[in-house]
Amino acid sequence: MDIVDLSRMQFALTAMIHFLFVPLTLGMAFLLAIMESVYVMTGKQIYRDMTQFWGKLFGINFALGVTTGLAMEFQFGTNWAYYSHYVGDIFGAPLAIEALMAFFLESTLFGLFFFGWERMSKVKHLAVTWLMAIATNLSALWILIANGWMQYPIGSEFNIETMRMEMTSFAEVLLNPVAQVKFVHTVSAGYVTGAIFMLAISSWYLLKGRDLPFARRSFAIASAFGLAGVLSVIVLGDESGYEAGEVQQVKLAAIEAEWETQEAPAAFTLFGLPNEETQHTDYAVKIPAVLGLIATRSLDEQVPGLREIKENNLKRIVRGQQAYDLMQRIRAGDKSATTLEAFNAVRDDLGFGLLLSGYTDDVLNASPEEIAAAVEATVPKVWPLFWSFRVMVGCGMLMLLLFACAFWHSARRTPDKPKWLLKFAIFSLPLPWIACETGWFVAEYGRQPWAIGEILPTHLAVSSLSVSEVWFTLISIAVLYTIFVIIEVWLMTKYARKGPSSLHTGRYDLETTHVQEA
Amino acid sequence: MDYEALRFIWWLLIGVLLIGFSVTDGFDMGVAALLKVVGKNNDERRVMINTIAPHWDGNQVWLVTAGGALFAAWPTVYAASFSGFYLAMMLTLFALFLRPLALEYRSKIDNEQWRSRWDWLLTLGSAVPALIFGVAFGNLLQGVPFQFDNLLRLDYTGNLLGLLNPFALLAGVLSLLMFVNHGAAYLQLKSEGQIKARSERIASLLSLTCAVLFVLGGVWLWLGVDGYQVVSVIDTNGANHTTDKVVEVVSGAWFNNYGKQPLLWLVPALGVIGFVLCSLFSRLTWHVSAFVSSALAMAMVLVTTGISMFPFVMPSSLMPNHSLTMWDATASETTLSIMFVVACVFVPLILAYTAWGYFVMRGRLNEQQIRDNTHSMY
Repeated sequence: MDIVDLSRMQFALTAMIHFLFVPLTLGMAFLLAIMESVYVMTGKQIYRDMTQFWGKLFGINFALGVTTGLAMEFQFGTNWAYYSHYVGDIFGAPLAIEALMAFFLESTLFGLFFFGWERMSKVKHLAVTWLMAIATNLSALWILIANGWMQYPIGSEFNIETMRMEMTSFAEVLLNPVAQVKFVHTVSAGYVTGAIFMLAISSWYLLKGRDLPFARRSFAIASAFGLAGVLSVIVLGDESGYEAGEVQQVKLAAIEAEWETQEAPAAFTLFGLPNEETQHTDYAVKIPAVLGLIATRSLDEQVPGLREIKENNLKRIVRGQQAYDLMQRIRAGDKSATTLEAFNAVRDDLGFGLLLSGYTDDVLNASPEEIAAAVEATVPKVWPLFWSFRVMVGCGMLMLLLFACAFWHSARRTPDKPKWLLKFAIFSLPLPWIACETGWFVAEYGRQPWAIGEILPTHLAVSSLSVSEVWFTLISIAVLYTIFVIIEVWLMTKYARKGPSSLHTGRYDLETTHVQEA
Repeated sequence: MDYEALRFIWWLLIGVLLIGFSVTDGFDMGVAALLKVVGKNNDERRVMINTIAPHWDGNQVWLVTAGGALFAAWPTVYAASFSGFYLAMMLTLFALFLRPLALEYRSKIDNEQWRSRWDWLLTLGSAVPALIFGVAFGNLLQGVPFQFDNLLRLDYTGNLLGLLNPFALLAGVLSLLMFVNHGAAYLQLKSEGQIKARSERIASLLSLTCAVLFVLGGVWLWLGVDGYQVVSVIDTNGANHTTDKVVEVVSGAWFNNYGKQPLLWLVPALGVIGFVLCSLFSRLTWHVSAFVSSALAMAMVLVTTGISMFPFVMPSSLMPNHSLTMWDATASETTLSIMFVVACVFVPLILAYTAWGYFVMRGRLNEQQIRDNTHSMY
């Protein structure tokens, strides 16, 4: 494996592990704020206990979120140095703003949430909890603005003097439609994660017949919050389909295994076996017109297929060759007006020239085979995207069903929930995580071969490191994260089993038989 | 405001963030590093941990923000330093991994061995970064072996062992001891009885040691470390031409700025005075003054380094002309001005709610309070 593969693997590992903890933080923070609001409004102690108990689990999760988050910030610089130089002017800004606006607030209030109960009035503490929840979500907003820009880099242009992308419009970066849709989709996925977490654990108490008043209330809050969240995820997921149809056509075509451009409106492939060799989807089950509707919101616009996209990319690579050559000449000192003018005419395709540089030593005189290889690379592999997308959607649908049933039963105020529902909730616990991870996989693998869409290819974005250095850090991180995750899950399980008795208030089940633990 | 002014402001702001990091996260790292030295039993260690428990997370964001600001304001410096110091950075990162977990998990299970392991990891996770930050600055002062190609891709030829040279290790030890001293100064403020008494003794000794090491570092820098100076004219208002300037490596060049502006000697002098006062006040048990002196001394050590190197931020020993300065390795004017506005709005807010947080959690902690709240405290 070369440095690019290793760096990608390390990034994928750290990002995917980080995102085991983030969605739970996003969702739980609001659930805590809701429970504490009920406590402040009704004055009922049980809601304070709920806030504190679920808060303990929130804290166990938050610690690993912070830990793995640090790795994300370090890695752009350590492993993706050229990326950092090339796009830091745009990409760095939302990250820095995230720290200043959101992460500072969230982290400062995190301490006050846990240790400030006795030192503040009820209302002040409630304000702390709400602000903490809002700050975690603001944090997600800025991170997704940065990520949205990687997918759809607007509001910036290439500067040949400084040899990097520079910001031209902060407003465009901020209001990037991809980022906005992604933000709501992602935080809603977080709300669903938090809700399922609370729903599943409460269902387990209900099934065991312990801490019933505590579990029933938690179940009710989780089911309402989760239903709202899951509806928002699905609606916004559809909205992302529309955005992808507009601005990320490659990703959409790959997700749908749309090898050829279809007559409008395009059919949606429900299932099938995408075959890279024959460029055809075997055993495809199709629903007419649905893809066209999702992607273009119309019946007559076409959704371009992979073959058409590649044909178009071939043209861009040819222009990219010239852009690359002119760039080299300008960098070497040729600042004549004609050269600059010629460069400006093909500047938008420089990224394709940079992409080709990964397949040949001589970009200008690349052989047809080398060009063909680069063209092939402009489209990600189809089957991983096709399948992970369907897994994500499948999980989403199951969760919709779960929350619909759970909400129905808690709205009817039936004191005893049916056993099948409780079991359904317990076994649904992994679903939001599977959906989040496959969703991110679609977003990021679907961006390949680009680090920054059509601007900076991934192979160029890496640092100049030795293979052994990255092997060392990759293995170290894998080992450390494995240990951390095992400890976290173990602690989480232990505290979930103890339930509210872990607060030692003397009001809950298990407390008399309980072994004294901190 | 023009590009030149923005660049200068961002040099100051990065400095402010680094100072913010050392005077806040510095003390919680110091307390954690002292955990096994000052805390003789579990209750004492719990007191120490709980003095920093509500604050460490917010404090650590100074570091995160410094990293983010570096990325946004000096993207090439961020790229060159993080990838150039690759293994050192990753070891720092691994050490930093341990802190949130140790703090959050140590008291979750009532078991001596469990707690003791996390205590060691917490100490390690705090002492290692404190040491490496100093080592990094020690290396910046000596120049770092990197150069650019014509696409401005970095090529770095150093290795981890090269970073651990005698001068850099001196800087590392100074940095570690500064953090530990600051932790002891903080404990004086927040604890009672034995913990307070031990902290006073430690701070009165360590701050004098820091003063000696700081002066020694200065002498070494004068006699044994070559400085860098720009001999061509940099267009401080124009686009970055990072590789086009001419830089000379000259003995004593790191003292040029003090020569040009003798008033600047006040800065290192205040650093030494801060350490001496911290020692004195610790002996006199003037706790607030001791903490403030320690913070002042740390800030002055950082400012001294910044002034010595100005306008350099990352000199290249391999290709001095490719050195990164705060004039020609910055973000674009647009980004610097947007980020400046953001900083003007949020830094005062951050200071305000951070101060409120400390106010809410004011007062000293003792073992009895820990025992009374054993289930809600760390």
